Amino acid sequence: MPGHAIEIENLTKDYPFGFLHLRKKRSLDGLTMQVESGEVFGFLGPNGAGKSTTIKLLVGLIFPEAGTARILGKPITDIAMHGDIGYLPEQPYFYDYLTAAEVLDYFARFHDLTAADRHERVARMLRKVGLETARKIQLRKYSKGMLQRVGLAQAILHDPKVVILDEPMSGLDPIGRREVRDIILELKREGRTVLFSTHILSDAEMLCDRVGVIVGGKLRGIGAPGEIVGMKAQGMEILFELRESGSSARAVLAKAIETGDRYRLQVSEQELYGVLEQLRAVGAKILSVAQIKASLEEYFMNLIEADRAQAAAVEVSGK
Amino acid sequence: MRRAGAVALNTFREAVRDRVLYNLVFFALLMMLAAILVGGISIGIEDLVIKSLGLSAISVIGLLIAVFIGVGLVYKEMDKRTLYALLAKPVRRWEFLLGKFGGLVLTLAVNTMAMAAGLFAALLYVKHHLERTDAVLLIAIYFILLKLTLVVALALLFSCYSTPLLAILYTSALYIAGLFVEEMRTFHSTAANPLLEALLRGLSYLLPNFENFNVMAAAAHGREIPGALVLQNTVYAALYSVIVLLVAAAVFSRRNLK
Repeated sequence: MPGHAIEIENLTKDYPFGFLHLRKKRSLDGLTMQVESGEVFGFLGPNGAGKSTTIKLLVGLIFPEAGTARILGKPITDIAMHGDIGYLPEQPYFYDYLTAAEVLDYFARFHDLTAADRHERVARMLRKVGLETARKIQLRKYSKGMLQRVGLAQAILHDPKVVILDEPMSGLDPIGRREVRDIILELKREGRTVLFSTHILSDAEMLCDRVGVIVGGKLRGIGAPGEIVGMKAQGMEILFELRESGSSARAVLAKAIETGDRYRLQVSEQELYGVLEQLRAVGAKILSVAQIKASLEEYFMNLIEADRAQAAAVEVSGK
Repeated sequence: MRRAGAVALNTFREAVRDRVLYNLVFFALLMMLAAILVGGISIGIEDLVIKSLGLSAISVIGLLIAVFIGVGLVYKEMDKRTLYALLAKPVRRWEFLLGKFGGLVLTLAVNTMAMAAGLFAALLYVKHHLERTDAVLLIAIYFILLKLTLVVALALLFSCYSTPLLAILYTSALYIAGLFVEEMRTFHSTAANPLLEALLRGLSYLLPNFENFNVMAAAAHGREIPGALVLQNTVYAALYSVIVLLVAAAVFSRRNLK
C-alpha cells in the first residue's frame, strides 16, 4: 500500500490557441505534489489557475505535455486505475433523457458489479444524496443542485478509494453545500482519499487536512489550511470601547474606525504593545486583540500581483 | 465488450427517446398512400412501383438517420460534457467509440427491419400474395443496411474531430464520391492526362464503394442477386468499417477534452 494516494511529478500542460492552433498557452507548469492516503486535500486557486486542468489530467480526459502522475501507485494511463477512483466533473451534465436511477445504473455497468449489486447500490446512493423521491424523473427536469447530487452519487457509487471532485459546491444553495460537506466528511471517515478543487476558503478550512494553492499554473503553497491563511497575516486588530474621548485619546482615535459604541484599530505586530499601552492610558476597555488574516481573495490577489510584477520585471530586463 | 455493449444500449435508448423511430410513421404513411394510389395509376407494374418506392425510402430515411445522428455521436457527448464522467470510469476510449457505433447500427437495423415489414405489408395489400422472387428484396434491404453501417463508421470518424456541420459535409461528400468509384476507375481523360487518370484510379480504391450496394433496380424487377456479391459486400463493408473505426479510435485516443 503506497503512502501517497496521488503522486504528481512535473505535470505540464499547454493549450493551443490562435487560428491554426499554432500558439500555445501554458496552463500547468511543472506541478509536483502528493496527496496522502486517507486525507481530504483541497486544491485552491482562482478561476483559470489550473485546478480543473490538473484534475482532468489525473482522470485521463486530457494528456500532459510533460510529467507523470500515479494514483494508488498506478500510472494515470493505466485503465485499471479508473476502477479505484470516483470523479465529479465541474458543473456536471448527464444524459437528460435518462432518469437518475437509469443514469446511475448505466455508470455502474462499467464496474464489475452484478445486476443485484447494481440495483442495491443505485438505491443506496439515491438515498444518500437525497434523490430517492425524484428517481424516476428525467434529468432534463432537474435543477443544477440536483444534477450536482447525481454527479456525486455516480462518483462514489462503486466505493472508490480515491474521490476527485471538481468544484463540488459550485452553484449549490447553503443546504446543498452543507450536504456535500457532510458527504465529504463521511468519505473521510470511511478512510477514502478526497481531492477537491475550490476557490472558497471557508469550504477548505472546514474540510481539508491539507490544501494546495495554485496560481497561474504553478503551485504556490501547500500545507494545512491554517498555515496557508497565516502565511499572509497582515497585522493585528484591536477592538475596544472608550467612554470619554479627551484630547489625549485623539491621536489614537484618529486611526481607529468607529462602529457603534466600539472602535476597531489595525496596527502592525511591532506597534501592538505600544498602542495597547496608549489605550490603557486613556481608559479604553480592550475587548479583543486578533490577528488579521488575509482572505483567500487577498491572498490570491497578492500572488497574482507578484506574478504580474515578476512578468513585468522579466519584460523590462528582456528589453 | 461488455462496456461497449452498455454504451451501445444507451445509444439505442437515446435514439428511441429522442423519437428517432418516429420516421417509421412517415414511412408507414408513404407506403399506405402508395398502395392505395398505385392501383389507380399503374396497370401491371403495381408491385414494381411499390418495391422501388419502398427500397428508395428505406435507403434515404436510413441515410438521413445515419448521417445526422452519426455526426453527433461523439461531438454531442463532448459538447455537452456527458463524456467526462464516463471516461473517468474503467472504459477505454475505443470501447466507447465501438459502443456508439454499435448503438446507432442497432437503431438503424431495428428501423430498417420495421420498414422492411411495412414494405412487405404494402406488397401483400397490392398483390394479395407474395412470390418467391420477392425474397430478393431482403437482399437489397441487407445491402442498404451494410451501406448504412459504412456511413455510420465514416460519420463517427468525422464526429471525433469536427463540428457536426463539417462532419455532415465530409460524410455526404464521401458518400456521393463513393457512388462514382466505377466511373473513376474507367475514366479516360480527354486531355490524355495520365497523372489525373492515375490519381482518380488510386482515389477510387481508397474511397468507399457505395455503388456495389445498390441492387434496388434488380431487386424491384425480381432478378436474382449472385451469392458471391452478397459475400463480397459483407466482407467489404465489415473490413472498411473496421479500418475506419481503427482510424477513429486512433484520432480519439489522443483527443484532449476541453
